[in-house]
Amino acid sequence: MSGTFLGMPSLPVFGIGNLHEHEPFPKAAHRELGNTQLRANLGHATRTIRNKRLAVVSELPDWEELREAGRAIKESVMARLPELLEQFEANFTARGGTIHWARDAGEANRIVAALIRDQGADEVVKVKSMATQEIGLNEYLEEQGIAAFETDLAELIVQLDHDKPSHILVPAIHKNRSQVRDIFLREIEGVDPDLTDEPARLAAAARAHLRRKFLSAKVAVSGANFALADSGTLAVVESEGNGRMCLTLPETLITVMGVEKLLPAWEDLEVFMQLLPRSSTGERMNPYTSLWTGVTPDDGPQNVHLVLLDNGRSAALADEMGRSALHCIRCSACMNVCPVYERTGGHAYGSTYPGPIGAILSPLLTGITAEENNSLPYASSLCGACYDACPVKINIPDILVHLRGEDVDSKRGKGGKRGRERLPSQMDLGMKAASWALSSGKNLGLVEKGLPLGRLAAGPDRKITKLPGIAAGWTQSRDIPAPPAQSFRQWWDKEHQAQAAPTAPTGTEAAGTGDAGTGSAGTEENP
Amino acid sequence: MRIALFATCIVDAMYPGTARATVSILERLGHEVIFPAGQACCGQMHVNSGYFKEALPVVANHVKAFEADEYDVAVAPSGSCVASVKHQHPMIARRCGDTGLEARAAAVGHKTYELSQLLVDVLGVTDAAAQLGSYFPHRITYHPSCHGMRLLRLGDRQLGLLRSVGGIELAELPEAEQCCGFGGTFSMKNADVSSAMLADKTANICGTGADLCAGGDASCLLHIGGGLSRQGSGVTTMHFAEILASTLENPATVTGDVHLTTGRTAR
Repeated sequence: MSGTFLGMPSLPVFGIGNLHEHEPFPKAAHRELGNTQLRANLGHATRTIRNKRLAVVSELPDWEELREAGRAIKESVMARLPELLEQFEANFTARGGTIHWARDAGEANRIVAALIRDQGADEVVKVKSMATQEIGLNEYLEEQGIAAFETDLAELIVQLDHDKPSHILVPAIHKNRSQVRDIFLREIEGVDPDLTDEPARLAAAARAHLRRKFLSAKVAVSGANFALADSGTLAVVESEGNGRMCLTLPETLITVMGVEKLLPAWEDLEVFMQLLPRSSTGERMNPYTSLWTGVTPDDGPQNVHLVLLDNGRSAALADEMGRSALHCIRCSACMNVCPVYERTGGHAYGSTYPGPIGAILSPLLTGITAEENNSLPYASSLCGACYDACPVKINIPDILVHLRGEDVDSKRGKGGKRGRERLPSQMDLGMKAASWALSSGKNLGLVEKGLPLGRLAAGPDRKITKLPGIAAGWTQSRDIPAPPAQSFRQWWDKEHQAQAAPTAPTGTEAAGTGDAGTGSAGTEENP
Repeated sequence: MRIALFATCIVDAMYPGTARATVSILERLGHEVIFPAGQACCGQMHVNSGYFKEALPVVANHVKAFEADEYDVAVAPSGSCVASVKHQHPMIARRCGDTGLEARAAAVGHKTYELSQLLVDVLGVTDAAAQLGSYFPHRITYHPSCHGMRLLRLGDRQLGLLRSVGGIELAELPEAEQCCGFGGTFSMKNADVSSAMLADKTANICGTGADLCAGGDASCLLHIGGGLSRQGSGVTTMHFAEILASTLENPATVTGDVHLTTGRTAR
């Protein structure tokens, strides 16, 4: 603690840590698209999980009602978060747990490291956790001379390879089994040198490695899927059972959880325990659900801590249009249905949170002007598949559009060097011109008088194959057909003037022959 | 019924045949079509690119144009533009602090239908061959655009209408519900990802052996058609309105590098 009182922190407090793009999304995506192994693995994996999810979701007659219940519960939590947090704190503390409040990633990391040091430990086992990745806990602990061992199989693979997760549920989705074998042979001490890439043998090698850690570790670090305010209970939902080992074997358990994970009451779990496994792994039920309420004397960890993390969540909550992003239960269904994520993978998003939810959550937590996070809301064709898949009905496309508006507005009239006004971009100028052209029928009619020029530009093969500036992105893979000789508006005006005259040609029956060349074809003059 | 046509800017300027086909279909059913002269664009490009301030005059113009005439319903041959009119216009007015415009935009949106919605739900068209004389003896496939599918929940309305066209052969498109990668300015800002999505879409289309891919949104068809053209695939795109408007006497045609085979003969 510094001895100088610097006053109240300025608001809002934005999130820091692993929440940033380090380069604009299109640039990162360009690189990842070139990785054919990644694209093949991702395409296969997302398609498999997508179909499994669809199958288990469609067998529930009340799936839409469950989604609506999930949304409503989360909305009520966000509406009375301070009150529920205090209720949770009182219950958790009464049952022997200790609560720590962390404003941001830096505070949370320092709290966790101090708690580990208090136990005289220099290594910890970890349950898979998004919150600790968000705050960069492993890296911080390493700097402090504390080794953190990931125990989730996929997290272990990624950690052993000194890589970053690319998916929140299946962090090693970008690696195949022969790559995993190579990593194990290289990184696990004493591993069988004849290890094959058979999944069962790979799992056995990981199990032997982890068992040693489980039995020796004095401290475990976890995240939490849910916290129940009415009882002070924490919950972890997992598949492998490694989490259960971490949550029960060590003497000390430190949990790091974002404040938005709260649920009001025990019975709310009924809704979320149906929504989460079906949406994430495509299972009716997950194999292991661990719940703990403070300390149970002589059973399990005797020192139980919870670090409640803000790290930009209050800032996101203050955004009326964006706050429902905090409803997210980290199921990853949006990623598995996203055509952009399926092709770029998670690393292209920079942040711990990739895919559609990451494209809104990261800039909401950090503020839209942070580093390159203003490129994330544009990483979507707004196809809407994510909204349909989301178990708590987060309207991701609407929030993406909202954040695009924030980005555009944040650049208006500022951002230039030496306090000068930023020069308008090509996009700014184009949008301004289009706003004029498209805000009256007269203006658009005037612009359409230029259609013959487009026909001229298209030339004898009747297609435009190269455009300059930002439009070059279009012609890198698509032609534009030659425009028609006259617009619909021009045809309509002529037709209706002509109809008034006695020699009018027949009406609109020949419509189909007009300019049917929607594809490569231009078309002939209108009749 | 007196029906106000919202042509949409892209159809007006690039694909007038789609709007003329829409007029033709509605007139065949005995309805009067009017074209509110003040109309221009729904403003979706501005909204989806984050330029809300620039979108406001476009939205205000649309509302004004569709308040100027008396009519029963408005129709547009586009799922995306109708979704914008219904969902985005009130939002833009609200964000820009114009509550009067918000209410007026909602009223216009309430009266606006996508073409297949109007044909199936309001006008009771179930058999295009019998009710419209639709005839199109070609093998086609069909791409359901995202906004029609997910924002308007059009379901199989467009596909059902196409199935009922005389002489038509419909090949099912694998992974049909996957986005084509257009996404407005997404296709330029994230051109690489967009192109990768398009490549999968066009490969699926070409795999069906159809000469033509039908759809309900000119913008997506411009995108898909542009890719098919660049690849020299010999396959083109066409709006479903033009297929419904096509008759034995006045068949819809395409020009350029594409030749439609006739009858039940796959390429």
